[in-house]
Amino acid sequence: MSPIIEANNVSRTYAGHGGLFRPKSYVRAVEDVSLSVEQGETLAVIGESGSGKSTLGQVLLGLAPASAGDVRFRDAALSPAGSRQWREQRAEMQLIYQDPLAALDPRLTIAEQIREPLDIHQIGTPEERAQRVDEVARDVGLQPVHLSRRPHELSGGQRQRAVIARAMASKPVLLVCDEPVSALDVSIQAQVINTFRRLQRMSGVAMVFISHDLKVVRNIAHRVAVMYLGRIVEEAPADVIFANPQHPYTKALVSSVPIPGKPLGDRVILQGEPPNPAARPSGCAFHPRCPVAVAQCRTSVPELHSNAEHRRVACHLVAEVRGAAA
Amino acid sequence: MNSAPLMAIRGLEVTFGTSRVVHGIDLDIAAGEALGVVGESGCGKSVTWLAALGLLPGMAATSGSVRFQGQELCNAPRATLENVRGRRIAMIFQDPSSCLNPVRRVGPQLVEAVTLHTNLRGDEAKTEVLRLMELVGIPDRAARFNLYPHEFSGGQSQRLMIAMALAGRPDILVADEPTTALDATIQAQILDLLGRLRRETGMALIFISHDLGAVSQVCDRIAVMYAGRVVETGAVTEIFAHPRHPYTVGLLNSIPRLDGGQDDLLTIPGAVPDPSHLPPGCAFAARCARADETCATAIPPLRGDGAAVACWHAALPNPSLREAALA
Amino acid sequence: MMSFALTRLLRAFATLMLVITFAFSILRLSGDPAIAVLGPMAPAAALNAFREAWGLTEPFWVQYSKYVLSIFAGDFGDSMRDGLPALPLVLERVPATLSLTIPSLILTLTIGIPAGIVAALHRNSLLDRTVILAAVAGFTVPSFVVGLVLVLIFSVTLGVLPSGGQGSWLHGVLPIITMSTVSIGLVARYSRSAMLEVLNAPYIRAASAKGLKWRDVIRLHALPNAILPLLTIIGLMVGSLIAGSVVVESIFSWPGMGRLLIISVAARDLAVVQCILILITVLMVCANLTVDLLQAWLDPKSRNKAHA
Repeated sequence: MSPIIEANNVSRTYAGHGGLFRPKSYVRAVEDVSLSVEQGETLAVIGESGSGKSTLGQVLLGLAPASAGDVRFRDAALSPAGSRQWREQRAEMQLIYQDPLAALDPRLTIAEQIREPLDIHQIGTPEERAQRVDEVARDVGLQPVHLSRRPHELSGGQRQRAVIARAMASKPVLLVCDEPVSALDVSIQAQVINTFRRLQRMSGVAMVFISHDLKVVRNIAHRVAVMYLGRIVEEAPADVIFANPQHPYTKALVSSVPIPGKPLGDRVILQGEPPNPAARPSGCAFHPRCPVAVAQCRTSVPELHSNAEHRRVACHLVAEVRGAAA
Repeated sequence: MNSAPLMAIRGLEVTFGTSRVVHGIDLDIAAGEALGVVGESGCGKSVTWLAALGLLPGMAATSGSVRFQGQELCNAPRATLENVRGRRIAMIFQDPSSCLNPVRRVGPQLVEAVTLHTNLRGDEAKTEVLRLMELVGIPDRAARFNLYPHEFSGGQSQRLMIAMALAGRPDILVADEPTTALDATIQAQILDLLGRLRRETGMALIFISHDLGAVSQVCDRIAVMYAGRVVETGAVTEIFAHPRHPYTVGLLNSIPRLDGGQDDLLTIPGAVPDPSHLPPGCAFAARCARADETCATAIPPLRGDGAAVACWHAALPNPSLREAALA
Repeated sequence: MMSFALTRLLRAFATLMLVITFAFSILRLSGDPAIAVLGPMAPAAALNAFREAWGLTEPFWVQYSKYVLSIFAGDFGDSMRDGLPALPLVLERVPATLSLTIPSLILTLTIGIPAGIVAALHRNSLLDRTVILAAVAGFTVPSFVVGLVLVLIFSVTLGVLPSGGQGSWLHGVLPIITMSTVSIGLVARYSRSAMLEVLNAPYIRAASAKGLKWRDVIRLHALPNAILPLLTIIGLMVGSLIAGSVVVESIFSWPGMGRLLIISVAARDLAVVQCILILITVLMVCANLTVDLLQAWLDPKSRNKAHA
């Protein structure tokens, strides 16, 4: 089966603010990232702020053009942003982000907002559109009474459901969710996660789930890609990566997750902070914080390559282990 | 807890206009203990402590009693509160980057706290600030003394806030969601720092958070809040092993586990009630599977000493008895 | 900081050029100066002679480039009414205008800012409501109404202050009050909201939590932050005071630049009108440039950007 979305060696470079008398600075937000997501699959992208995970989401959707590499959607290159095909593609790929209140128009009712993409893309007759609004609202767990309300009259969880309903109304094949449950309370978060899973089972939508919350990711993702300063450092199925992380950064991330009911034990606490993406360290960008870094890590960038089935790691030391075993 | 508590809150109520957000809180804080206050947004967990220190805006009305070493703080004169704040009870907040005055250098802001609470002045005060910066783990501190807040990351800003809070050698540090805005690895560093500082200084820690994981890492005891009331308190290990209040059970079930699978999460149906339209009985009744007529009409009191629960149908503390009761 | 200042300077220059161009074209497109000066009944020969003498027959862009070049040489042309050079004619009116605008600005800052801040500190009190009411009244009632009412009360009824002209300092009292009511109202309103915003900032709560006295929280943490957004408003205020002088000087027959502008516009006296417009622009651009630089210097974030 061919993937819904595929990125090949994609990079995205931002030009920083230059001035009349200052040279522009360049920030490599995403660098040499390759990934693919199939129908009905959820790929989680995890990482800390500045890791480039949100930028990657924008590139996959064609909202921010890649500076290098190419993104293929359903076996065809993405159309340039703003073109007619690009606009038509919007119905097939949708974005959900963290703050539902900012994503909704305060003046429109929930029904009007859910219907909007159907009107824009002229999907179905007006009667069919009204029907689809009711249907998708039910799918995400909104009550009929919510449809006539405006965003400020709903709770945070209901608003995010409305945003999800709007995204799903046009029956997209790809959903990019950027921290979709981070702003929600624990009990509401669980409801929304279940909703995502149910929607995927029903529609087979492919999901890219960008999050910093490893526990949420463990529950919802099939595969997980870990990003550090713009690069994927490890990728593996969710059940494998959390049980047996291989990259030192993934190990640190996994051990940094506080487990309810467990006191602070002898877990590995990573020292230092992620460097500024504009001042990327040489070699492996993680080497200044890495507890096991060797001289080679300072000079050469480790390639991301498979060392087991469905597993990719970018670390000189992990590669060596594999080399020794082979 | 044989001796008198360091701090005793009794019947604390807070009202904003027509909506009451805190409905009578009773809590004792022992010297040196670490209490976690957990609950979802709007449950009053932050407001309780802001009210205790008189830090709420003017339109909030507070009643009840907050005694710190016998001294009444609730609606106390401004001068009394100013003497307690920072020196006896310090507080740090969520979003550390915006807690530092953006137009002043951080060094002088820390010196301000030191001169406020000690007799140190001039170079001595600066030396003390550098010592505090080292204590909280700010690298290259002499050079960073003269930087502005925006030149520090979120994690480092929180370290600076902690340093500032330590300047008065407080008896209690109230930390209001101190790690929520931070990245995972930085969160772990700050939790570690708070735990270490508490062991070294012997101060009590009130850790307010929605993150049950973070709370269990630094606290001995937990108070679970729902809709402006404490619904369950007890030792961390006990509450996580044998939660008694249905809300605590639901909250724990809602959290996905890193070593768990991909089954649907057990959720609490519905949403938190609107604070200005609370039901006459238990505020959780509408979302609770165990609720009956009593719950709809009468508010359950917080009963028990040490471990207490506010529920008409609370699970029994002993797990084997609980199994029997549920069967 | 240097490159930042230089960038701002270039921008200021660009603004000036835009205004010069605008003034030049809009005045020439709005009617025939020859007819305006000589009257519609003037013989065609006289009109043509006038146009010839003032270069109005030349192509638009020739007029324009000549004009721009001469402006930079300090020559703003001669007044069409009396043939005297425009620049000295205008400059001699400037002190009279400044003697109104500078006291008005001082009044605006010393009354408007404290009033707004005191109101914010006593939010929702009677004092706060009074300040808001007075401020709104101040900037909604047009200054010609304020001026006329003041004249009615203090000159006509009470007879304690002169109703117009320039003589003793007493002559300045009513124009200055008239001119500053609008700006005091605006500045009070802005100061209040700037202060309220700052008081809600997390660092104010954090400063209180560390045990600082409320007075010191305001003095050391709230005020320095509230001043920053106010600077922009003060820059704009300088402009609106100068613009306001047109109305106020007419009401009180004050022999300043504003009154000269009205007279010259009525007479289609191109040279003088352009000269005044450009002078006002220079003043406003200078005021805004000062504010920008001051703000950059006071705000550590933009100072850093300026360094980078």
